Amino acid sequence: MATVKNTLEDPVVIAEKVYTSRLLLGTGKYKDMEETGLAIGASGSQIITVAIRRSNIGQNPDEPNLLDVISPEKYTILPNTAGCYDADSAIRTCLLARELLDGHKLIKLEVLGDEKTLFPDIPATIIAAEALIKEDFDVMVYTNDDPVMAKRFEEMGCVAVMPLAAPIGSGLGIRNPYNIRTIVENASVPIIVDAGVGTASDAAIAMELGCDGVLMNTAVAEAKNPVLMASAMKKAIEAGREAFLAGRMPRRAYASASSPIDGTFF
Amino acid sequence: MQITLNGESLVLENSVNIVQLLSKLELSGRLAVEVNQHIIPRSLFSTYEIESGDNVEIVEAIGGG
Repeated sequence: MATVKNTLEDPVVIAEKVYTSRLLLGTGKYKDMEETGLAIGASGSQIITVAIRRSNIGQNPDEPNLLDVISPEKYTILPNTAGCYDADSAIRTCLLARELLDGHKLIKLEVLGDEKTLFPDIPATIIAAEALIKEDFDVMVYTNDDPVMAKRFEEMGCVAVMPLAAPIGSGLGIRNPYNIRTIVENASVPIIVDAGVGTASDAAIAMELGCDGVLMNTAVAEAKNPVLMASAMKKAIEAGREAFLAGRMPRRAYASASSPIDGTFF
Repeated sequence: MQITLNGESLVLENSVNIVQLLSKLELSGRLAVEVNQHIIPRSLFSTYEIESGDNVEIVEAIGGG
């Protein structure tokens, strides 16, 4: 009898580190640090994204530091380059993040090209990715849903490729499932859908397409009950992964009776 | 002397090293410091003297996706 694989037997490996959770969670837009911590707990996430920003001078000296709530000893902290519109500021952000996190190498590279859509600037992303890989960073790269570009980033040495499902914070879901599937089929590094998920079914669809994980923030933080949504996302990602591994039935244009036709007495 | 700190001008009475600057600003916890776009390793905080005209950036991790 075939055994059912559970998620513990089906880890994802990113930059040689093994993770049992395939949900990567952002820490922006929550009401407060307590809600952030509770959402992370409910999500089961092991990789948590943070942004690098100027410290507030002379304001709220007693405010807890985010890294006191999300301990780098317990979680893999994934600093992002959000808000960077050129390669140089993205590289500078990563260098500061590495210092901040005592030599930490794993980063999420995003170089944005347009304020309205937050779509990536691919030429600038390539320049930054090459420089960061040369600087010995492990680069998880935010890109569009272009299979050719995804392959280029993999060949360049990015440790994970993270195509958007829809614009950042839009909650529109997987707008181009065929491209996402093509990216997954061609890949030999983890493919993580980053951005665009709106609710649990979107995350499940990403996983059913064969993605290795989903990175999200707004879908959880902007839910009416973020902690409950974090729990829903955890289950959706596990369910979607199991459905992908199980292999779905073929689609048919017409019905196929589930009960036998033989043996009817009427 | 005058420096630029996180984009704003700041007047300091005496010259300070980075440990003294952070303490003056009541900043603690995990921080990274850049002076004139060069990262100053934490191990040098107590010996690195801020000079007049320096552009200092102090950053930390905050919520982001």
